[in-house]
Amino acid sequence: MAEDIQFDAQAVENAVREGIEKLKTVKTLDELKALRSEYAGGSSVMAQASKAIGALAAERKKEAGKVVGKLRADFGRAFAEHESQIKEALEKAALAAETVDMTQPVKRQPLGARHPLPKLLEDVEDFFVSMGWQIAEGPEVETEWHDFDALNFGPDHPARQMQDTFYIKGNQAKDSAGFVGSNMVMRTHTSPVQARSLLSRGVPLYIACPGRVFRTDELDATHTPVFHQCEALAVDKGLTMADLKGVLDKLAVAMFGPDAKTRLRPSYFPFTEPSAELDLWFPDKKGGPGWIEWGGCGMVNPNVLRSAGIDPEVYSGFAFGVGMERTLLLRHDINDMHDLVEGDVRFSQQFAMGE
Amino acid sequence: MNWLRDHVAVPDSETYHQLAADLVKVGLEEEEIHTSQVTGPIVVGYVKELVPEPQKNGKVINWCQVDVGEHNVLDEDGHKVPRGIVCGAPNIKAGEKVVVTLPGAVLPGDFKIEPRKTYGHISNGMCASERELGLGSDHNGIILFSQYGLTQEQYDALEPGQDAMEILGLHEPTLEINITPDRGYAFSYRGVAREFHHSTGAPFTDKALEYAACAEELSASDGSEGSEVQVIIEDTNPIHGVPGCDRYYARTVRGINASAQSSSLVRQRLLRSGMRPLSAAVDVTNYVMLDVGQPLHAYDLDKIEQPIVVRRAVDGEKLTTLDGKEHELVSEDLLITDSPNGEKGSRILGIAGVMGGLYGEVTAETTNVLLEGAHFDPISIARSARRHKIPSEASRRFERGVDTKLQAAAVYEAAEMLTSVCGGLASSYPTDIDATSAPEAITFRTSEVARLTGLDTSAEEIQRILEDVGCTVEAGEAAGDGEVDTFRVTPPTWRPDITEPCDLVEEVARLVGYDQIAVTVPAVPASAAGHSGLTDSQLRRRQVADTLAEYGLTETISYPFVGEEDFKDFALNAEEIIPVSVELENPLAGDRPYLRRDVLLTLMRTVQRNFRRGNLQASSYELGHVFEWDPQAPAIPALPGGVRPSDEELAALDAGLPKQPLHVAAVFTGTVQETGWMGEKRTADWTDAVEAVTRISERLAAHLSLTQVFGEDVPATWHPGRFAYVKVAEGAGDVTVGRVGELHPHVIESLGLPSHTAAFELDLDALFAAVKYQPLQAKPVSTYPPVHQDFAFIVPVEMTSEEMSTVVRKAAGDLLESIDLFDVFVGPGVGLGKKSLAYAVTFRAQDRTLDASDTEAVRAQIIAAAEAVGAVLRA
Repeated sequence: MAEDIQFDAQAVENAVREGIEKLKTVKTLDELKALRSEYAGGSSVMAQASKAIGALAAERKKEAGKVVGKLRADFGRAFAEHESQIKEALEKAALAAETVDMTQPVKRQPLGARHPLPKLLEDVEDFFVSMGWQIAEGPEVETEWHDFDALNFGPDHPARQMQDTFYIKGNQAKDSAGFVGSNMVMRTHTSPVQARSLLSRGVPLYIACPGRVFRTDELDATHTPVFHQCEALAVDKGLTMADLKGVLDKLAVAMFGPDAKTRLRPSYFPFTEPSAELDLWFPDKKGGPGWIEWGGCGMVNPNVLRSAGIDPEVYSGFAFGVGMERTLLLRHDINDMHDLVEGDVRFSQQFAMGE
Repeated sequence: MNWLRDHVAVPDSETYHQLAADLVKVGLEEEEIHTSQVTGPIVVGYVKELVPEPQKNGKVINWCQVDVGEHNVLDEDGHKVPRGIVCGAPNIKAGEKVVVTLPGAVLPGDFKIEPRKTYGHISNGMCASERELGLGSDHNGIILFSQYGLTQEQYDALEPGQDAMEILGLHEPTLEINITPDRGYAFSYRGVAREFHHSTGAPFTDKALEYAACAEELSASDGSEGSEVQVIIEDTNPIHGVPGCDRYYARTVRGINASAQSSSLVRQRLLRSGMRPLSAAVDVTNYVMLDVGQPLHAYDLDKIEQPIVVRRAVDGEKLTTLDGKEHELVSEDLLITDSPNGEKGSRILGIAGVMGGLYGEVTAETTNVLLEGAHFDPISIARSARRHKIPSEASRRFERGVDTKLQAAAVYEAAEMLTSVCGGLASSYPTDIDATSAPEAITFRTSEVARLTGLDTSAEEIQRILEDVGCTVEAGEAAGDGEVDTFRVTPPTWRPDITEPCDLVEEVARLVGYDQIAVTVPAVPASAAGHSGLTDSQLRRRQVADTLAEYGLTETISYPFVGEEDFKDFALNAEEIIPVSVELENPLAGDRPYLRRDVLLTLMRTVQRNFRRGNLQASSYELGHVFEWDPQAPAIPALPGGVRPSDEELAALDAGLPKQPLHVAAVFTGTVQETGWMGEKRTADWTDAVEAVTRISERLAAHLSLTQVFGEDVPATWHPGRFAYVKVAEGAGDVTVGRVGELHPHVIESLGLPSHTAAFELDLDALFAAVKYQPLQAKPVSTYPPVHQDFAFIVPVEMTSEEMSTVVRKAAGDLLESIDLFDVFVGPGVGLGKKSLAYAVTFRAQDRTLDASDTEAVRAQIIAAAEAVGAVLRA
């Protein structure tokens, strides 16, 4: 058979060049494959020529092999090049077809929202934790002893009557003024946690007590019967009002930005002596920066320390309390307490995970 | 401010805002500056003519011609003539000088005066009463200047048309200040004046000392027989051993003109201080109380039968007080009584220091007056005022502590005032029973100022300040270097609040100025007790809150108050829940007197409110405490402050408190996903609630499990086929820490919520307690290939997928890597009362590639274990 085939270098070359030209015109991978089979397949001119080389005389074999080898390589290169061009074009078209409108609202797993009040309590906790203080907690239904007596509000103390207290029914016992009651109240402030901490943790003590407190005020734009305070208490040797002022200033900055500061005015609380009202310099106050009442503070009254068995001659301490609702109202320009307490989801949702 | 100037030199330039600022500096807080709500023209009018005109409704109105001088009007001929004014007041008479508010004037309540047509006349102004001018509550008639406490000369000098604002005291604002409970003495102009002096250095004169000196001149007797006023103090029931009355000072004023009126200055000052002028004698007692701080009482001397007895009440005695209320007295109430028919102390004149009774009061006929100035035990007064709910001006002062040296001075001032207005003669023989003791001296180390405030105030300055406050300061022991470092400080009699060194420190610090104190930040010493950072519970609480918000819920907060309506809506049996609920003595809303035992009840009200407001994606959650009353809890004892209770006493306090665990509850309701380009609308159901619980479980590594119960075993609030208890492993067993499911359709209906509304509630305290954080002991990661197999079991329909997967998990042992339920099928081919559960199970070994014999073996184990519980591998 071999002798039937004549090796014709020109014919092979022509055929391969023709194939390479045709490659340039095809658009699909199928056409491309068909061309390969036509010009480089088993029955192609090039394949025939490869077979014919075997019949050639030895001296021509080498020459013919070189020619065919080069043509095969040329065709292969051209094929690969066109194949990748076509693949690229096809992929481009396919991806273009997958184009979407990225601005369509996507809500696979919508985020909910934290309420700003508990979130604020967390921020305040973090402030104190960053200074190495502890966060202490206590019961909301509290004994009168912890809420009042331990804090130097004796049973006949005028301030005890000024607290607008929710009293609890329950097992009746005489209180120390002879009035019959359960000796149990909804705590009127977070200060009983101070008393509990002094008793249970001892000194030196550096704690903050954020939490929920209760007074019999009707809900209106500025009052709510259930509200939140954060109190802080430090008892150690050598603490002074200067330390109190320092911590207050730092807290003010943490809550209201670098320009915030505090000021103290003489006042009275049964559980501190000296006592002071705490004013906040609020740079973003509506209508211009100014002082705003923020809380109360002072040096721990010796009777409070004695109630916990701590010697006031050796230890001194300071305490302060700020209203969390008030802090929020000021900081976020909330004009109505109703928004804070009614639980309307639109209110919380503004704050997302805590603005 | 004028009144203040009687005591202290307030500069002429002082404004009310400056006054407020000066007082705030030393601790008297500004409450409000009240500017008069009245604007003129308001003038003196002279009633020239008056024609009574009876009306059809029986009322008589008066058509008056009132001369208002330059404000008179022009008649048709161009002559100035009096104004025509219609006045219905019964006390108006021709010839009276009255207050006329002219058109253009504005009275309190934005009441604009304009000419108006009424009863057939044009009324061209209005004759005003005290109430209309905001001066008091008297509206029985208009103000007649003839009865307004003016002297004859002052009255005669009133000209029609003259501005009446100043005469009435309407031209000046008033400053309202807050007095903290420790500063009883500041409930007087004398006290406030002293504080103004402390703030500004303005010269202060203690008028009380002057009056006291004058009173000293009188020949006081001791109240025994033969005294002009016989007084017996007989305290059989002192509180804490403190006598109820330790000073009683009484002086008579005889022959006063009963009809005389207080001067306009006194009336004006009383009105501006919020008190109503009454008779001259009563006005004087009120005036002196406001002026120097001593509450006084004036009796009609002729009605009193001596001796006066100050005694405790006998339980069950009754008294009707001046305000017309009857009180049943108890043995702690201190009384002022007299002795009709020689029966000592048999008639009650009043509750001492709180309020007088109806008998013995000064009336319009009284000509002989007994003035009483006493000092009572603050606690006794406070208790009586609290017990009988009579917080009077007198009791407010007594319970905060009145100066024990003030009684004679105050009575002296009152007697002087009374005789100057009403004539009469004040007795030179007062009665003075004085058992008060001088304030105790305090040993005061001057270094306390620095120890507590950080102020570096010299001993000399400390002494100067304390003396200025009124203390007597004597040198105590000297330190080694000869410098005085200890004082013996005796507080003034008007400062019973000063009892300890720290009180003196406050006086020094507030007068030096809190702004002089340095600013430092303390470093927490290593010796401070306890953990650092947040506790595990505090951290986990945040994790729960964040997890739920990240899951798409909105956090809300609600009040913890619930009532029978809430129980009813949640199908809770009120008879069962009320005995284990904490109940308030004085709830804000009478129908919600209990504290919640489940957060869900109050959270649900929030959800409802959101629905009402059109917030349909209202799935929300709340973290908060609940309150569990134990009917067997012991009563809580009352213990004194100022001493540490014993450990047993502390335990007794806590033993009576209800449990108050922290809970979290969430409600899944309404639309989860609106119909939109991403898919069809989906509404919330039990799967949302279960997934949320699962997320919490995974976030806390709590390994929570669900134990589903059915039918009768499901609490009435919940859907009988869609409810499970949430459990956590603790020790050997499981504890229930919560509930999850869909609410019962009846509950959903009564709450008006979308069907399939689901919820959960977890006791976080119980959950956190059960989950002990140990560092996780990590499993090595196997690098050998996994083997995946599917198993479909036909099981009884009651069997839960949790039960089935537990069987598989146990049977597969260590080779099991994961098991996932991928299909649940009920229907043809499965059989009645059966269902098919299909699981994708992955096996993998730590140490080798599993071969066919391994997987065959484990497969056989699983199938055998399944058959043991009635599950058959589906062909």
